[in-house]
Amino acid sequence: MRFLSSRRRSRAAKPLLLAFALFVTGALYAGFAPATQVSADAGTSALVAEGKALFQVSCSSCHGLNGEGTTQGPSLVGVGAAAVDFQVATGRMPMAHPGAQAPRKQNTFTEHEIAAMAAFVAALGPGPAIPEPPVYAPGNLDERAIARGGELFRTNCSACHNFEGGGGALPNGKYAPSLRGVEPIHIYEAMRTGPQQMPVFSAGAIPDAEAAAIIAYLEELHAQPSPGFTLGGLGPVSEGFFGWIIGVGGLCLIATWIASRGARAR
Amino acid sequence: MAKPAKITSSSPVLETRRPDVEADGLARFAGVGSFLDDRVGLAKIARFGLRKVFPDHWSFLLGEIVLYSFIVLLITGVFLTIWFRPSMMELEYEGTYQLMRGLPMSEAYASTLAISFDVRGGLLVRQIHHWAAILFIAAMTAHMLRVFFTGAFRKPRELNWLVGVGLLSLSLIAGFSGYSLPDDLLSGTGLRFVDGLIRSIPIVGTWLEFFIFNGEFPGDALIARLYMVHILLVPGILLALIGAHLTMLVYHKHTQFPGPGRTESNVVGYPLFPVYMAKAGGFFFVVFGVLILMGATMQINPVWAYGPYNPAQVTAGSQPDWYMGWVEGAIRIMPNWESHILGTTWSWNVFLPGVGLMGLLFTALGVYPFVEAWITGDKSEHHLLDRPRNAPTRTALGVAGMTCYGMFWLAGGNDILATQFHLSLNAITYFMRVAVFVAPVIAFIVTKRICLALQRSDRERLLHGSESGIIERSPEGRYSEAHVPISHGEAWTLSQHKQYSPVEATPGVDANGVPLPGGGVSRRRALWSRRFFRHDIPKPTRAEIEEAHSHDSHADDDVKALEH
Repeated sequence: MRFLSSRRRSRAAKPLLLAFALFVTGALYAGFAPATQVSADAGTSALVAEGKALFQVSCSSCHGLNGEGTTQGPSLVGVGAAAVDFQVATGRMPMAHPGAQAPRKQNTFTEHEIAAMAAFVAALGPGPAIPEPPVYAPGNLDERAIARGGELFRTNCSACHNFEGGGGALPNGKYAPSLRGVEPIHIYEAMRTGPQQMPVFSAGAIPDAEAAAIIAYLEELHAQPSPGFTLGGLGPVSEGFFGWIIGVGGLCLIATWIASRGARAR
Repeated sequence: MAKPAKITSSSPVLETRRPDVEADGLARFAGVGSFLDDRVGLAKIARFGLRKVFPDHWSFLLGEIVLYSFIVLLITGVFLTIWFRPSMMELEYEGTYQLMRGLPMSEAYASTLAISFDVRGGLLVRQIHHWAAILFIAAMTAHMLRVFFTGAFRKPRELNWLVGVGLLSLSLIAGFSGYSLPDDLLSGTGLRFVDGLIRSIPIVGTWLEFFIFNGEFPGDALIARLYMVHILLVPGILLALIGAHLTMLVYHKHTQFPGPGRTESNVVGYPLFPVYMAKAGGFFFVVFGVLILMGATMQINPVWAYGPYNPAQVTAGSQPDWYMGWVEGAIRIMPNWESHILGTTWSWNVFLPGVGLMGLLFTALGVYPFVEAWITGDKSEHHLLDRPRNAPTRTALGVAGMTCYGMFWLAGGNDILATQFHLSLNAITYFMRVAVFVAPVIAFIVTKRICLALQRSDRERLLHGSESGIIERSPEGRYSEAHVPISHGEAWTLSQHKQYSPVEATPGVDANGVPLPGGGVSRRRALWSRRFFRHDIPKPTRAEIEEAHSHDSHADDDVKALEH
């Protein structure tokens, strides 16, 4: 004590004391302040904890450490596990770079990792769950139900996705992607969660049975053989293009050949 | 330099003499021949027809492609009418195609599905028919461009050009009515588009719509009416006009590219029989074969995928067939202008780009030959074609028109461009709004400069010959490229064209104020004429060519040519 009391009037005493007080305050705050996350998701299960770790590595720079959203990305509270499964399994998330829209690309996560992140996001708030196969692919649809699925597809989907799911343009560089080669589960999840530009088609608007019929129609349609090359399935634009190139172009080549041949007439 | 056409000297000599000995095999048909000759004057027709001479050039076959695809259209169209039912009566589909089972649809659409899936060869014929329609109008457009750029529309062929313009406009109607018949989602959307065009006609639009659709869109009469238009009315007029077109072609005789031995008063080529009979007949089968190949290997208009027409539905990428794409594009990029005058709605946003632009195109095409004749003051007959470079202003106008059309055309596919090239739909639209006005101007300037450069190169070639590609070094150390003189034939081809001079403004009266016969030339006409011709490079005079050739042997001349 003598050491302290003899120096309490020293010139350095005041700044040192201030630094000490700040240190103590900080230490007390660190000890007693509430954790920054809600307690509900604080390790209620191993899967959520694992998902949280993955989320913080892969997603948090845009969606925030706890999925609360930033200026770069929307809040994920209440989007549900289905949204995570759709976005990550189709490779749309994490985005490679900001842009008008996240393109579909190679997914590098395992199923287990996606499930973990989905569990974490689902724990943030209630939302659509990842569906089970009987929901989106019941397998008991007759041809009439599938034909009706086609009618529903043309009524609700083809305006953006084109008559055979080939995709279409939206304003400002956005687009409705092609539905060819998309897993049925992902079509279902997209309808229910409304990713990116797509509106949500909830179970109130399109019940599960009808959603399954739409999906079955697309599967059937894409399994149909086509009479020749489909030319991209883009409709009259590509037909006109090939009509000019192959029709007029090809026949001009033949005309050149015919006109260049002389005749051996007597 | 690319030769404009083959010269006669390389063509084999044709003998018009009949063979001395009658072939025994043909003699047995003499009876038939004399029977017909006695009654319809066959020999005279045959003598005239069989020895008719056609010049050889690939671009002269474009019109044949049109004719042959029209024949294919008639043949395949007859096949399709056997099964197609032009009725808008609603029924529930119970046909072969499972993905439509139980859906309500029109009888027309159901019968189109039946043609595609149940009639043997029906899908193939449907696809051939549609490809033939695409090719018909595409080849017609190409043929028209050939006629335009070579000046084949000039006197005495202006009327035939007008018939051609009529054929083009009718073909658009024929194509569009056929596109609308299957009553699938795409054709119904196209009809809705036309419905909008009709309604946009000020004041009478709504009445016209009710008249044509027999009530509100889509009504229940339209398919039957379009069917009449598609298989009777328009093909009938088309056939008549094609007949008139070909009759005039025979009457005027075919034009030919300039070359040695080719004049305004002869036609150098091969006779119809046997050479052109073989060439043209063979080409018919080639065109038919190509169309069958296209129909067999390339899907076109998969109506079963579009589904039956339902006014509540639409598909992304709804476009008309290519020949209406430019109107579609014009409407896509048009700002949303609309005005209300005295309780009437004036939809400029649809009327101007739709009805107005189509009217503009066909009017411009129709009056062009007369406008050009007025500007140039050229009243002489033309049977030798222009090389496009020798009419730089016309060529530039044509390319500018094509560019404008192309910009509208691209705008018609703006959504496809956006998705295929990852562009912003809005950016394309804004770009096209400017490009339809600016791009033709740029195209005009660039084309005219290219034509004039080609004229200069022709002049150089005439004066100095063609570059030999051999660089020589003189004893003093100077380098020069030797030029070899061009053949007389080529020199003729390069220099045969008439050099026009602008018409001068003259008063229409003589010194005493008495009107002159023929009238004068107005200042405006003289101004346009000056604009039309002012940059033409004068072709070298005889004196200039002789002067240039007189010292062909002097190496200095070539050096000079390189230096300036």
